Amino acid sequence: MADLNPFRLWRGLLALPNESRTKTLAIAFLVSAICAVMVTGATVMLRPIQAQNRALEQQARLEALLAEIPGLTQILAQSDDMTLSTVVVDLRRAEAAQDITPETLPGALADTANWTQLSPQQDIANLGSSANLKQIYLLRGPDEQVKLVILPLSGTGYGGPIEAMVAVADDMNTVAGLTVLSHGETPGLGARITEPAWRQRFSGKRIADDTGAVRLTVARGGGSSEFEVDAITGATRTSTAMANMLQFWLGPQGYGPLLQAIRRGEF
Amino acid sequence: MAGWTTVTDPILRQNPVTLQILGICSALAVTTTLAAALTMGAALTLVVVTAGAIISMIRAHLPSSIRLIVQIIIVASLVIVIDQFLQAFFYEMSQRLSVFVSLIATNCVVLGRTESFALHNRPLPAMADGLGNGLGYSLVLAIVGSVRELFGQGTLLGYAILPTVEQGGWYEPLSLMLLAPSAFFLLGGLVWAIRSWRREQIETPEYSLAPTRDAGT
Repeated sequence: MADLNPFRLWRGLLALPNESRTKTLAIAFLVSAICAVMVTGATVMLRPIQAQNRALEQQARLEALLAEIPGLTQILAQSDDMTLSTVVVDLRRAEAAQDITPETLPGALADTANWTQLSPQQDIANLGSSANLKQIYLLRGPDEQVKLVILPLSGTGYGGPIEAMVAVADDMNTVAGLTVLSHGETPGLGARITEPAWRQRFSGKRIADDTGAVRLTVARGGGSSEFEVDAITGATRTSTAMANMLQFWLGPQGYGPLLQAIRRGEF
Repeated sequence: MAGWTTVTDPILRQNPVTLQILGICSALAVTTTLAAALTMGAALTLVVVTAGAIISMIRAHLPSSIRLIVQIIIVASLVIVIDQFLQAFFYEMSQRLSVFVSLIATNCVVLGRTESFALHNRPLPAMADGLGNGLGYSLVLAIVGSVRELFGQGTLLGYAILPTVEQGGWYEPLSLMLLAPSAFFLLGGLVWAIRSWRREQIETPEYSLAPTRDAGT
C-alpha cells in the first residue's frame, strides 16, 4: 500500500541515495519550480514600478526637450493657452488613429497587422519592421494651430537600439530640438549624442528640400549647409545611425506624410 | 581566526580577478565609470553570497550528475531577481549597466566559488567565502573603474576632479580610457604590480589549476 503522508514521502526522498534516478528527477524538478516561482514573483511584482520608471523617464526627457527648444519656454510662460496633447497616429493613413488611445496602444501594437515589414532598401534605420501606430505629442497654440510636434524615433546604433525624440517646428520642415531617450553607444564617443552641445546643433536645421526629399543628415567635417549637422569625431557609425534614423522617420516610410497632413492643416 | 581569513584571503592574496583571472569580461565592460563598477561589484557580491548559502544548504542532497545545472539555475534566477530589482529601484544605473547585470549568471567567479567552495562547506563559511570573493572582485573593478573614469572623463563618481578642456579647464580627456582595451592594459598592469609585490602569486610554468577550478574565461 502506498504511503501518502507528505512528511514521510519527503523524508524518504531525502534518504534516497543522491545518484538514484528518482532523487535526481525530484531535485531537478524542485529546484526548477522554486526558481521559476522566484523569478516570476520578482518580475510580476516589480513590473508596475518599472513601467512607472520608464514613463517618468519619458516624461522627464519630453520636458527637458521642450525646455531646450529656443524661445519655447518664453512662449509657454507668456501664454497659458498652449496645450500639449498626446495623440496616437496612423502613419499609413497620415491621420489620427481611430479608437486607439495611448492607453490601448500597447495592446494594438501586439497585433502584427499594425506593423509594416520593411524591404532592405527602405530599411535604412535597420529596424526590420516598423509600427504603423505611433504616439506623438502636439503642442497647440491659442488658435488651435499646431505649433510643435514631438515625434518618437528608433534606430540601430553601433552598440544597440537608439530611442530618440525629435521636435519639429510649426512649418513642419524645421527641427526644433532632438533628445535621446536610450542608447547603448560607447561612453565618451558615441554616447556623446546625448550631450546638449551636439543635440542642439540640430535646432533650426531644415528637414526636406523643395522637392520634398529628406535632406537632413549628419555630415563628417560638414555641418555647413542648412541640412547638415557636424558628425561626432570618433563615432562615425553612431553619427551615421542618427542620420539614417532621422531620414527614415522623417521620410515617406515614417512621419513624412503625417507632417504634410499637419502642414495642410488637417490636425 | 579561520572564518576571518576566508573573507580576507580572496581580497588580495587569492583575488579572483588578479590571481585566478576570472570574471575578466565584466571587468572590461562595466568599468567605464566608478559608480557602474561599484554597482556591478555589489550585485555580484550579493549573488555569490546568496548562491553560496543556498547551494551549501542543499549540498548534501545534490545529485552530482546534475549539480552544475542546478547551480547555474540558482545563480541565474538570483541574477534575474537582482536585475529586476535594479530596474525597479535604480533605474538610471540599470540603464547604464544594461545587459551586464544579467551576464553575472555567466561570470566564472560565481560558478567557481559555488562549485569549489559552497559544495563542500557549511552555509556560513560558504557565505563568508562568497563575501570575500565578491569584495575582491569589487575592489579590482573599483580600481580599474576609478582610473578609467578619472582619466577618461576627468570625474570621479560624477564629480569633476580634472577640469576638462570642454568645460574650460586644462585636461584633455583620454578617450582610449573609455574603450575596452584600456581595461585590458590596466588589468594587466594591476596583475603585474600585485605579482611584483607578492612574488608567491607568480605562476610557475608547470603550474596547473586544480580540476575543480579550471573554468576560466
